[in-house]
Amino acid sequence: MRKSVFFSVAAATALVAGASVAAEGDTLAQVKSRGELLCGVNTGLVGFASPDANGNWTGFDVAFCKALGAAVLGDSSKVKFVPLTGQTRFTGLSSGEVDVLSRNSTWTFSRDTDLKLDFAGVNYYDGQGFLVPKSLGVSSAKELDGATICIQTGTTTELNLADYFKANNMEYRPVNIDSNAEGEQQYMAGACDSYTTDASGLAATRAAFANPDQHVILPEIISKEPLGPIVRHGDNNWGDIVRWTLFALIAAEEYGVTSANIEELAKSSQNPEVQRLLGTTDDLGAMIGLDKEWAKRAIAASGNYGEIFAATIGEQTPIGLPRGLNAQWTQGGLLYAMPFR
Amino acid sequence: MTDSLPAAPPAPPFRPGMLIYDRRYRSLTFQVIVFILVMSLAWWLIGNTVENLSRLGKDIDFGFLFNRAGYDIPQQLIPYDSDDTHLRAAVVGLLNTLLVSALGCIAATLLGITAGVLRLSRNWLFARLMTIYVETFRNIPLLLWILIIYAVFTEITPAPRAYQGEDGRQLILGLVAPTNRYTAIPAIVAEHSPGVLELGRIHIPWLAIMFIGLLVAAVVIRSAINSRARRIQGRTGRRPVTWWINLALFAVPPVVLWQVFGLHLELPALAGFNFKGGISVDNSLVVLWLALTLYTGAFIAEIVRAGILAVSRGQTEAAYSLGLGPRQTMNLVILPQALRVIVPPLISQYLNLTKNSSLAIAVGYMDLRGTLGGTTVNQTGRELEGILLMMLVYLAISLIISGVMNLYNRRVTLKER
Repeated sequence: MRKSVFFSVAAATALVAGASVAAEGDTLAQVKSRGELLCGVNTGLVGFASPDANGNWTGFDVAFCKALGAAVLGDSSKVKFVPLTGQTRFTGLSSGEVDVLSRNSTWTFSRDTDLKLDFAGVNYYDGQGFLVPKSLGVSSAKELDGATICIQTGTTTELNLADYFKANNMEYRPVNIDSNAEGEQQYMAGACDSYTTDASGLAATRAAFANPDQHVILPEIISKEPLGPIVRHGDNNWGDIVRWTLFALIAAEEYGVTSANIEELAKSSQNPEVQRLLGTTDDLGAMIGLDKEWAKRAIAASGNYGEIFAATIGEQTPIGLPRGLNAQWTQGGLLYAMPFR
Repeated sequence: MTDSLPAAPPAPPFRPGMLIYDRRYRSLTFQVIVFILVMSLAWWLIGNTVENLSRLGKDIDFGFLFNRAGYDIPQQLIPYDSDDTHLRAAVVGLLNTLLVSALGCIAATLLGITAGVLRLSRNWLFARLMTIYVETFRNIPLLLWILIIYAVFTEITPAPRAYQGEDGRQLILGLVAPTNRYTAIPAIVAEHSPGVLELGRIHIPWLAIMFIGLLVAAVVIRSAINSRARRIQGRTGRRPVTWWINLALFAVPPVVLWQVFGLHLELPALAGFNFKGGISVDNSLVVLWLALTLYTGAFIAEIVRAGILAVSRGQTEAAYSLGLGPRQTMNLVILPQALRVIVPPLISQYLNLTKNSSLAIAVGYMDLRGTLGGTTVNQTGRELEGILLMMLVYLAISLIISGVMNLYNRRVTLKER
């Protein structure tokens, strides 16, 4: 009898030990054996990541996950989107709940080092702004002394806000909220005078209002918020795959590869870099454990960076963000894909 | 002297088999085995956690508590700003937890006793109303109540700006301004202030200290007077009139303070975006307090009802036959006996309320869960350390509450002589 107790305890121990080890290790192998990419996204920010009435996720961050799913699994529909709040996102990534986090997250020193995350690159250069109703009669953030401000907890914007008001010797009352949806609700109900987050997020939030033209984003941008996809620290090959999928989307725009002409260019392009990118010559895919056409599939999934931008958050969409800093380096922006060779 | 006692019969030699087959040792053997198994499981769990963390490149380190927090907290009982440490932020959060829990426990007790007694009332309407109250609040999750009350506060009350301008809203009675963020109420300020007591960064007005001191003195003197009255009543059968002394004890000091220091009300006034002056009570605190009170009050009402029903009907009849009215019967005969049944489950309700206050995050009230367990953990990435600390603190609070309440319980239990 004693023996059976001992053995069952030992067996349970081994089971738990096995399960905890599975959270680490070779992410690529796990994704392939699972046949599904788990992608952490915003709980709902129109333009970046939001589910439609049928539960299909769309948006700028979602399109990146689809491209990654296409590159790794050959099918952009094999992505499962896991909505994570500002407070749960990094824990979700660290604990293996998602394979990659594509969720308006700012690349900061402590997150990169102390939180043991790896940023794969920047897919949106952003900065923190303030949204106010026009009726408030405020035209500058410097006039917000004494205002009540809605702020998402656990974000870099929370820290910037405290610093900005301190530096300008102003006071404010924070209203702590948990998600963008809650922020929108509180702001619309007038529970705060201003809502602050990344300017892109403000534009996206405003676009969802019934009458967006009654709200303005103040001109002050009080911080640098480089947003990009994140992976766990330690799995360098998986990090490479995510990083170079992002570069593939950016490079495709630079070289004029679009979802429309990709098949044609794969056959006929004379540009050696395009040939390597699309897998016509050389075999870059093998170096990261994928096949030759990984990048081609990634670009074909939702188009190149410019196409994704235009379709989800660009000036033709209700969100109406200009390319600004997010234009190609050849167009005076900051987007710069490392060479494919 | 030399006469020695007969030697004790030699104990049977100990054999390992006796650990199982001898009843004297068997239970001990199994307890030792279970203890070793439990300890090795705990040891393995801790070791596994530490190893997994180190494989992720993380260590267990509480040093983050002394780093700059960098975030602001809307409501603070001790001075705090974003340059302070995470530790101070956690203390601010802890005080907020204690504040809402204490307010909640007091209000829920009053509400619960009232509702519990009224539910047994012979007045049909009161009894039914209380039944409806108890059953609705007891059977719907607390989080929903918090969210509903929050929504009501946010949607129904106006923004502070609604009070500005010529035809703006008027303050209620010219004193109170409910808004969708906070309720602005007047503050009491002194014209000739006696200054403040400075304890580090904490500043306590002397006036408040004096007021509390006088209040405590009044309570002490009142109980002395009452016990003297009881003694005289016991000796002579006539109770001296004490009500005017008691009234004066509580009425005179405030009047004196008011006259000496020129106390007056400072009305809240709209300045810029928000009210300045007066006191702004955050809606998150009010909402949480209200929800905890109503929810826990329903449970306490049931406990009180059970306690009263546990007192035998004969006690009431005996009291009536002595000429006591229903009110005196309840206060002097029934409730004191019912307390024996009421207090132990009441302790559990206090613990529940305190732990439930961690749902504060739903309304953005920055309690311990919101500061240490929320923003701090999130900004530093120290989940394990933060949660462990939080568990320890909640455990300590709960043990203190139940310790104090058990002392009280020992006082009200039936003393058999």
